[in-house]
Amino acid sequence: MNLEAVKVIYRFEMLRTWNTLMQSVASPVISTSLYFIVFGAAIGSRIQEIDGVSYGAFIVPGLIMLSLLTQSISNASFGIFFPRFTGTIYEVLSAPVSPFEIVLGYVGAAATKSLIIGLIILATAGLFVPLRVEHPLWMMVFLLLTCISFSLFGFIIGIWATNFEKLQLIPLLIITPLVFLGGSFYSISMLPPAWQTVTLFNPVVYLISGFRWSFYGISDVGVGVSVMMIVLFLSACLALVWWMFRTGYRLKQ
Amino acid sequence: MQPVIEVKDLCKTYQDGLKALDCITLDVHRGEILALLGPNGAGKTTLISIICGIVSPTSGSVTVDGRDIITDYRFTRQMIGLVPQELTLGTFDLVRNTVCFSRGLFGKRSNPAYVDDLLRDLSLLNKKDQEVRTLSGGMKRRVLIAKALAHEPRVLFLDEPTAGVDVELRKDMWDIVRRLRESGVTIILTTHYIEEAEEIADRVGVINRGRLLLVEEKHMLMRKLGKKRLTVQLKEPIARIPESLSSYDLDLAADGSEIILTYDIRSSRTRITALLQDIKNAGMTLKDLNTSQSSLEEIFVSLVKEEA
Repeated sequence: MNLEAVKVIYRFEMLRTWNTLMQSVASPVISTSLYFIVFGAAIGSRIQEIDGVSYGAFIVPGLIMLSLLTQSISNASFGIFFPRFTGTIYEVLSAPVSPFEIVLGYVGAAATKSLIIGLIILATAGLFVPLRVEHPLWMMVFLLLTCISFSLFGFIIGIWATNFEKLQLIPLLIITPLVFLGGSFYSISMLPPAWQTVTLFNPVVYLISGFRWSFYGISDVGVGVSVMMIVLFLSACLALVWWMFRTGYRLKQ
Repeated sequence: MQPVIEVKDLCKTYQDGLKALDCITLDVHRGEILALLGPNGAGKTTLISIICGIVSPTSGSVTVDGRDIITDYRFTRQMIGLVPQELTLGTFDLVRNTVCFSRGLFGKRSNPAYVDDLLRDLSLLNKKDQEVRTLSGGMKRRVLIAKALAHEPRVLFLDEPTAGVDVELRKDMWDIVRRLRESGVTIILTTHYIEEAEEIADRVGVINRGRLLLVEEKHMLMRKLGKKRLTVQLKEPIARIPESLSSYDLDLAADGSEIILTYDIRSSRTRITALLQDIKNAGMTLKDLNTSQSSLEEIFVSLVKEEA
């Protein structure tokens, strides 16, 4: 195992965050604060409690997930797309590193970054609404699994994308609607029955539901199902990455 | 001695059907400078890219120090450094950081003293805390060389190292290459500047349309394929070549005061003696004689033309 390589890739990616600290950390924090002000304080004060939780507090897990998903995907996809775009990827491809080490370095850094952002947002949320975390261990498990699997997904997009537009395409067209319709701002039970069924096909529902359960002990779907879904998604991403390296998809001709 | 790189029946057909390499077999000797010469699109970069692991071969095999580049890639790749043709560098990286990154990527522990020495050798030491984007093109190429050498490779590939580089820097580059060779590094460079191959290579391989036309020791190649020219300077200029000399391959030059004979040193009879005799018989007086050997450029052009 070429640990030195994993280390330098990881450090290089983290350094990029450090150099662009404002974009990397400040912007998700600012946008989340805006959500809190608008939905939590302004509109939220007119909305009744959901399952005994004030609306402002209710949306915290969903908001964190929203940032986590978009950040994981954009960090990881940019991290691998940019060297492909500039051509510096030649060095990684010609180095004595295995695909696993490459993924560990890039995805590890992207996941770390989103985890940090997630925790910062959590702390920011604490300034606006009273927070309680009933299952802190499970909260960390959900946080970690989400960061890792969506960073992997971002890595896949970064390899798949052939231009900057495509890089934005999936987050914009698929992830954002799925998160918004996945119960970030409402409980699934508030929907008409037919839509509740439709919603169950949205994988993000399981993420948010499980994550919210770790905070307030309330969930739309069973916690076990949530964990299973996220592990399933993680496995699918792993399989796809494995296939990409095996065939050299868009990396090697 | 076992060659440091053995390429056997290597073929590469790209997905779009382009046959970039057509059954190439090549040995690279330890410690030599091998120049791969060929026009654009000949397959030079593809060959290098396969050996370095950037492109997958369609068929055939490559070993580095006796180990296969695919099954034993960790070993073979840490032996090799690659300086790519394009100036591909992360624009915002600091010089020192990008070189240290390369070293770590190839599995070597961080060694700031070695990196400093390397940067000093490449006249980059005073630029080490600068962002890559602030450097000139020539300096960027040096950074690429530093990156390629960061993990102390035994084999260095230089893909068109002097393309778009001014004369002075080109000379510098050649010095760097020579110094590396002295330290025992095997160097394979591609170029379409023949003078480059002529200047620094020990052996020259000519590639065209994915095929290796020949690999030959440089001097041997020039001797084997070289045409020589004999220039005969006359005391009195002549208007045209006399009838009696029509059986020779002659040209008249310098307003009739020079007769040039082109002959092949490979042929058993160069007919020089006879020509000189016939010139004398035609009543002309010789002023001076000189011979010149054709350059690699001429050899190359004739080889590629033959192929086409």
